Amino acid sequence: MSNLQLFWYILIGVLFAGFFFLEGFDFGVGMSVKTLAHNEKEEDQLIETIGPVWDGNEVWLVTAGGAMFASFPYWYASLFSGYYLILLLVLVGLIIRGVSFEFRHHMPADKRWIWGWTLSIGSLIVPFCFGLLFTSLVQGMPINANGDLSATFTDYVNPLSIVGGVALTLLSYLHGLNYISLKTTGPIRTRARNYAQALYGVAYVGLAAFAILLYFNTDFFEVRLTSTVIFLALMVILTVVANLALFKGKEKTAFLASGLTLVSLVALLFTGLFPRLIISSISPEYDLLIENASSSPYTLKIMSFVAIGLLPFVLGYTIWSYYIFRKRIKHTNVAGY
Amino acid sequence: MMDIVTLARIQFAMTTVFHYFFVPFSIGTGLVVAIMETLYVTKKDEFYKKMAKFWGNIFLLSFAVGVVTGLIQEFQFGMNWSEYSRFMGDIFGAPLAVEALLAFFLESTFLGLWMFTWDKVSPKLHVVFMWLVFVGSMMSAFWILVANSFMQHPVGYTINNGRAEMNDFVALVTNPKVMYEFSHVIAGAITLGGIAVAGMAAFRLLKKNSLTELSRTVYQKSLRVGLWVGLVGSVAVLAAGDFQMKAMLETQPMKFAAAEGLYEDSEDPAAWTLVAWMNEKEKERVFGIEVPYILSILSYHELSGSVDGMNTINERLIEEYGERNYFPPVNALFWNFRVMAGFGMLMLMVSIVGLFFTRKKKPILYEKPWMLWIVALTTFAPFLANTAGWLLTELGRYPWTAYGLFTIEESVSPNVSATSLLISNISYFTLFTILGSIMVYLVVRTLKKGPDALEAAEHEEPTIDPFAGGAFNE
Repeated sequence: MSNLQLFWYILIGVLFAGFFFLEGFDFGVGMSVKTLAHNEKEEDQLIETIGPVWDGNEVWLVTAGGAMFASFPYWYASLFSGYYLILLLVLVGLIIRGVSFEFRHHMPADKRWIWGWTLSIGSLIVPFCFGLLFTSLVQGMPINANGDLSATFTDYVNPLSIVGGVALTLLSYLHGLNYISLKTTGPIRTRARNYAQALYGVAYVGLAAFAILLYFNTDFFEVRLTSTVIFLALMVILTVVANLALFKGKEKTAFLASGLTLVSLVALLFTGLFPRLIISSISPEYDLLIENASSSPYTLKIMSFVAIGLLPFVLGYTIWSYYIFRKRIKHTNVAGY
Repeated sequence: MMDIVTLARIQFAMTTVFHYFFVPFSIGTGLVVAIMETLYVTKKDEFYKKMAKFWGNIFLLSFAVGVVTGLIQEFQFGMNWSEYSRFMGDIFGAPLAVEALLAFFLESTFLGLWMFTWDKVSPKLHVVFMWLVFVGSMMSAFWILVANSFMQHPVGYTINNGRAEMNDFVALVTNPKVMYEFSHVIAGAITLGGIAVAGMAAFRLLKKNSLTELSRTVYQKSLRVGLWVGLVGSVAVLAAGDFQMKAMLETQPMKFAAAEGLYEDSEDPAAWTLVAWMNEKEKERVFGIEVPYILSILSYHELSGSVDGMNTINERLIEEYGERNYFPPVNALFWNFRVMAGFGMLMLMVSIVGLFFTRKKKPILYEKPWMLWIVALTTFAPFLANTAGWLLTELGRYPWTAYGLFTIEESVSPNVSATSLLISNISYFTLFTILGSIMVYLVVRTLKKGPDALEAAEHEEPTIDPFAGGAFNE
């Protein structure tokens, strides 16, 4: 395995981590529109907290996909064709939630409710499907010598992957609630905090179930014992930190901690897989490896220059835009976008 | 049930065509809005601000649908065309990744800033946001066309380990096809933006009795701005198209011959076929109306020179690449070319004549409903022309996904079932029907409400310097 291959594997991990950190909270806010808000004014308030940034957050996924295609085309091809129907659901979710912001804004008042629902449902489907995808993937999938993945229903849907899907959805929701209490004023802020407090109890149970199922259904504890234990521990610690911070009213800490929980989850899955990309349940010979699934050294080199050259600018103006929108969205003067 | 190649092709056609209604719409109206807002900043005329905001609403609707349908495009290569992704990923993935890094982040971030900082930052900074969005969308078009150009005319690669590997990134980016496609596509998008704004304004001006003074002025001024943009765009589109035709003659002669419906080599000088119908099974022309000399002029800018027909080219291709069917869908190419070029000409004429009849001294167009109807109906022309252009380009690649290297048959995902493809085709078709109808409904609604409705929604917050500490605090 070359350094460039390793670099791109890490970079794709970072892009997914960035995606779940950022879009994670706007999925959470999306779900909250139908679970937390009591009236349309509050829905408006919630949507306004993510209105200017959600699209940029989604680009993290687009970039992760593009980077996968460019640096590990064999991985991209096997994964995307193998997870066909799950990714179709992801796309449907992203589409119905993506249009809901603008459609809701322009709809006549009596039909706006439709787009609150599509936003909520779309925001729920996507993290669930991604959770299902990643946690079924790490258990090993039937791929053949050509890298074609032909799985049956139980390969995709089994106890670990269901817990994985629910866990990712729940963590996104909690992350969203923390974001809401950080970004709003008024009754919704208090309510978000109360909901989160209650749900953290569920999160601990979920984490325990996840760890146990991970032990029985993957080889993570055999091949990557140290990193697996570290990242699992980190997830628990960060969850405790977020929970305590919320209790003490330290909203920034709570938000950062819930974001980093998602980052730890991605790190756990990516280190556990390493140096494999897809584990073949047919024969270890067919494992898709970082080593044999990548683009040519030339392409990797060119892409590295591009990525290293551009990422600082992207991060720069992304941070700037968050700085511009740092103000809390007041419940008294919601613009209604 | 249909086979997976057919189903995957239907999906590619359906998703790209639908996506491509919104891409040039966003690029074009984005430019129109940026121009209007720039006029506001330079002339300090509040009127142009209203125009920018009003058309900005329609731009945003188009952008929203464009973004979500673009997601399908990115996923689709892996989902439906995994063998293609394996063969081409080394080359094809790179421009896609650069597109995301360079263009999508820029567009989405600054669009968010633009939408939510009206009257909160200085107008000068605000208009810069819009221009950055436009630059982002141009860069996005550029990089996707780098990828597409490779499919049309592969350069900068070697075949290694059974796949195409990049060995010259600069060659990939400077592929002559890139400049032709880029200028043609961008000019087409700009034309669409201009014509669509002018046309939609014309629709509203037809109802002049129900318009307020403000609305009427907004629509009249918009019609002029739109026609100017349409004029510049359609002239550029013609020029770029001319270059592109010549390149096509050299690199993809089969596509060229099919677009002209030529089975046999043409006479010298070559006549151009105005309309025709081909029997694709028997490989012969059923009827046709020809205009002498024109094809020689179009192809070589000279009064002589013959053009090879499909039968001759077929022989050559068989010799070069082996026994296979190299005939693309001839009638489709022939007619798509005519729809594209015909509507292109129409838009040029409408822009020139429209600008003439709306000049300050004698703006008679606003008074004549039949003239307004012509401008209004032209709204649909650029959509048809753009779509036809892409169908010509992509269908004309047949039987290749990457010209001369990899066929469509070889490209499809072997592990995806026809049932899965059918499910996704039905899902997308349903989604597109719904999204398309709502989009039309909302654009019409926005137009009907008119610029007056903006007044109510105006923010009353004062301008803030975002660089000042505490600018956005309570």
